[in-house]
Amino acid sequence: MTSFLKHLGGHAGRVVLALVFALPLVFMLVSSFKPDDQIFSDLGSLRAFLPVGALSLDNYTGVFERVPAARFLLNSVVISSVTVVLGLIVNSLAAFALSRMRWPGRKAVLTVVIATLIVPFETFALPLVWWVNQLPLLRVNGFHLEWTTGWMDTYQVQILPFVANAFSIFFFHQYFQSIPKEVDEAAIVDGAGWFTIYRRIVMPLSGPAIATVAILTFLPAWNSYLWPLMVVQSEELRPVMVGISYFFQLNVGWGQIMAYSSMITVPILALFVAFQRSFVNSIASTGVKG
Amino acid sequence: MTTMIAALERLRPVRRTRTTNARRRESLTALGMATPAVVLLVVFLVVPVTLAFALAFTDARLVSPTPARFVGLRNFTLLFEDPVFYKSLRNTAYFAAVVVPLQAGLALVLALLVNAKVRGVNFFRTVYFLPVVTSMVVVSLLWTFLYRQDGLVNHVISALTLGHVDGPDWLGDPSTAMPAIILMSVWQGVGFHMIIWLAGLQTIPAELYEAADLDGATRWHRFRHVTWPGLRATRTFVLVTITIAAFSLFTQIRVMTQGGPLDSTTTVVHQAVHTGYDQQQTAYAAAISLIFFVLVLSVSLVQRFLTREKD
Amino acid sequence: MVFRTRRLAGASVAVAAATALVAGCASGSGSTSGADGDTLTLWTHNAGNSAELDVVKKIIKDFNTSQSKYKVKLQAFPQSDYNSSVVAAASANKLPCLLDVDGPNVANWAWGGYLSPIDVSGSEVPLSDQLASTVGRYQDKVYGFGFYDVSLAFFARKSVLDEYGIRIPTMDKPWTKAEFDSALAKLKKSGKFEYPLEMGTGGTGEWWSYAYSPQLQSFGGDLIDRDGYKTASGTLDGKGSVAWATWFQSLVSKGYMAKKSGADPNKDFLAGKSAIQWDGSWNAAKNAEKLGDDLAIIPPVDFGNGPRIGGASWQWAMSSSCSNKDGAQAWLKFSRQTKYFVDYAKATGTLPGTEAAAKQIDGYQPGGKYNVLVQFARKYAVVRPVTPAYPYISTEFEKAAKDILSGADPKSALGQAAKDIDNNLKTNNHYSD
Repeated sequence: MTSFLKHLGGHAGRVVLALVFALPLVFMLVSSFKPDDQIFSDLGSLRAFLPVGALSLDNYTGVFERVPAARFLLNSVVISSVTVVLGLIVNSLAAFALSRMRWPGRKAVLTVVIATLIVPFETFALPLVWWVNQLPLLRVNGFHLEWTTGWMDTYQVQILPFVANAFSIFFFHQYFQSIPKEVDEAAIVDGAGWFTIYRRIVMPLSGPAIATVAILTFLPAWNSYLWPLMVVQSEELRPVMVGISYFFQLNVGWGQIMAYSSMITVPILALFVAFQRSFVNSIASTGVKG
Repeated sequence: MTTMIAALERLRPVRRTRTTNARRRESLTALGMATPAVVLLVVFLVVPVTLAFALAFTDARLVSPTPARFVGLRNFTLLFEDPVFYKSLRNTAYFAAVVVPLQAGLALVLALLVNAKVRGVNFFRTVYFLPVVTSMVVVSLLWTFLYRQDGLVNHVISALTLGHVDGPDWLGDPSTAMPAIILMSVWQGVGFHMIIWLAGLQTIPAELYEAADLDGATRWHRFRHVTWPGLRATRTFVLVTITIAAFSLFTQIRVMTQGGPLDSTTTVVHQAVHTGYDQQQTAYAAAISLIFFVLVLSVSLVQRFLTREKD
Repeated sequence: MVFRTRRLAGASVAVAAATALVAGCASGSGSTSGADGDTLTLWTHNAGNSAELDVVKKIIKDFNTSQSKYKVKLQAFPQSDYNSSVVAAASANKLPCLLDVDGPNVANWAWGGYLSPIDVSGSEVPLSDQLASTVGRYQDKVYGFGFYDVSLAFFARKSVLDEYGIRIPTMDKPWTKAEFDSALAKLKKSGKFEYPLEMGTGGTGEWWSYAYSPQLQSFGGDLIDRDGYKTASGTLDGKGSVAWATWFQSLVSKGYMAKKSGADPNKDFLAGKSAIQWDGSWNAAKNAEKLGDDLAIIPPVDFGNGPRIGGASWQWAMSSSCSNKDGAQAWLKFSRQTKYFVDYAKATGTLPGTEAAAKQIDGYQPGGKYNVLVQFARKYAVVRPVTPAYPYISTEFEKAAKDILSGADPKSALGQAAKDIDNNLKTNNHYSD
């Protein structure tokens, strides 16, 4: 009986917290179906969270008239997923080398990696613009490949600078450390190379870490705003967050902002739901023994 | 396990030569594995950051007809006479000092709540994570609404206290603006660190819990002696990342208060961006960034030292 | 095994190269230089603002079909960070041939070497026909021109003013400070309005300088001493300026005006939450539609030195790095036709830049109900200080004004701003390069 009550208590706690976390976003979603006037008049009461009043899809149709939303979504999907895939590979490899292998310079590299965590992107965005524009670029011109200079206005300038990520390396590093080293030694004795250990043993045991890093890389890529404004000039290459500022005109379309925000939030949520399965099939259940 | 012991025995006689070779191989492989990340970090981070820091010693402007000239420490002298800079430092420290323990602790509570094997746990994980997947710009806009004098937050306060308390103009009052931003930031970010804790919790072998249960341990004992030690690596990560994120406080400020009212929410990064872009003083902003970097680096080093692995 | 290690190292290099290759292939192949032969790139700040963007598109289409030599290609950017986009492109030497620029930035960009002086002589509409505020001049050269301007005005309901015995002012006899203050006092006393005056204090950025610095000028102050633009001290913190700041602060302390307006001040005014709104001509038509003949369009208050409003809106310019200046000038000249002045003003609800265009727009023609707004622009407009330091001055003024509304001492807040501006001028050698 007490355990049942405790259980109930735990559940009540979860529900109250869920309300706190969900309500502002429920407000966003519900408002996306309301006309601007009503959003404001509902603000003072519980109606703000309820789908009542003059509901319609007008805000959504308005969004598509104002912003090439489909194109922006596609761009962001491409940019974010390529960043995630490359990031997972590159950062886990580096973290593996840093956490499980002995080599000269390991400590120094780790320190530099952690130091790079500290610099906020905004503070070096401008030098980076200048710098990426000095880099060589191989591009297709008709049927030829040709070398040019400058990465402005490409997909890659929105991807490559964000592939190697100190947070991801650091996280993988911490996670890999918690996997017993004896596993490696046993495998080496069995004749496995380091790469095999990485691919066949450590990575398969790192479901939660991979899921976490995937989300961790995806979010900033999906939300990037300042950078694409600086380096992308063609509308066809812009990502979703830039679209938000399309709505800040003289008369701000709040309903449309809510609609657009809801639209661009759903894909990430879907991704999270998909990845969070990895937390279920995790080490705890597969049972790594120390 | 048997194979391992057998193999070890087989190897024993040739151990010395094998070790040298293996060492060399290990180093080379490690280098190969680390190279892509290191190269990318150097190209896209170390080089531009060095460039940015170099600007701190020049008179570079965002828009200027003349190339930047070396001016020595002029920007730093100006910076140390700038009253807003000290306010930025103070506000940043204030924010970090409150947010780091609050967010780390709350995130751990949430992680423990949703690590239980009960029905609907996936639903709760998703809901707690909702604010994280919503862009900070959108979240900030949303909360600017909610925090208004006649906004929802105050309606709720009034309802809960049966009309006895009239909430303040949260973002318009210098004494409540920063707490309001702290609250919102924790609300937005806590789900993320819940996930990190959760990933850490998953590395703790179930057997340890089973053993603890057999010993008849209380919940607190289980937490104290199994969970907490099992989260050592995660702890460092959570602490370091929240600290760094807290020091970089910027987007919320930019959208919600622009540093006001009366500089009560200006932060170091906000000041750097404001002076660098809005006021076009690239070099001055670079000086702020450089100081910021040095400060955060020292804090992280101290943190690493304090949380160093003691065994 | 050693072989395998090398292979791994090799593989990682190959991966990096392949990534670069794939990404390179996927990239847009459009050239971003100002012009590709006779194809010129044009940037505008109108992404998401289809009304104005459609006019730009129309002019481009007309131009491209009117001749066969040049082709203009459009890129639209969202306004909120348009300046960042331009500055970043300039730092990478990738500015387009043609671009629009917000009026107060013309001096800054011209000084910075972004813009090239233009020569549009021989176009259908001569520059001399335009409202002075719509021509971007810096150091006696023309760098840009706009098709429209906007003006600020007070909007109110005649019925409300009558009810409280408040005189409806005219251009011949605008409100004085005393009259305005007593009007606000009466409205506040009625208890019908929490805040009788709505001045858009929830805005950010350039709005603060645009909306409030003309009031400061009407008080006899200014942002900077315009004689050579060498110092702000004594002007921005001078007697007139401090008088303005004290008055501005009193609006909040007396409860006449909100410290921070709501999300949509115009909606609040139309809903009757405020009695008098200081707002742009762009909302005139909307207000008239809702209030009909009850709408009063009121000239700015004369605080002692005559009524004042800010001048200059978006203007078209040519970049100095443009590789096809003939083509760019051709487009600029082509665009200067009265019909386009008409199109812009109609689409955006702004004030047409020429009298000829005004005549063709319902309501803006002489005697029309919005013509008074054109008169405001003609008679009261003061251009924001024409100095490369303007972006800095503007942010300092914004901060000082916000601090003052939040309770800072008016004299010391303005004094700090003046000091900062003087420091900025000094460290930049007074922008004399």
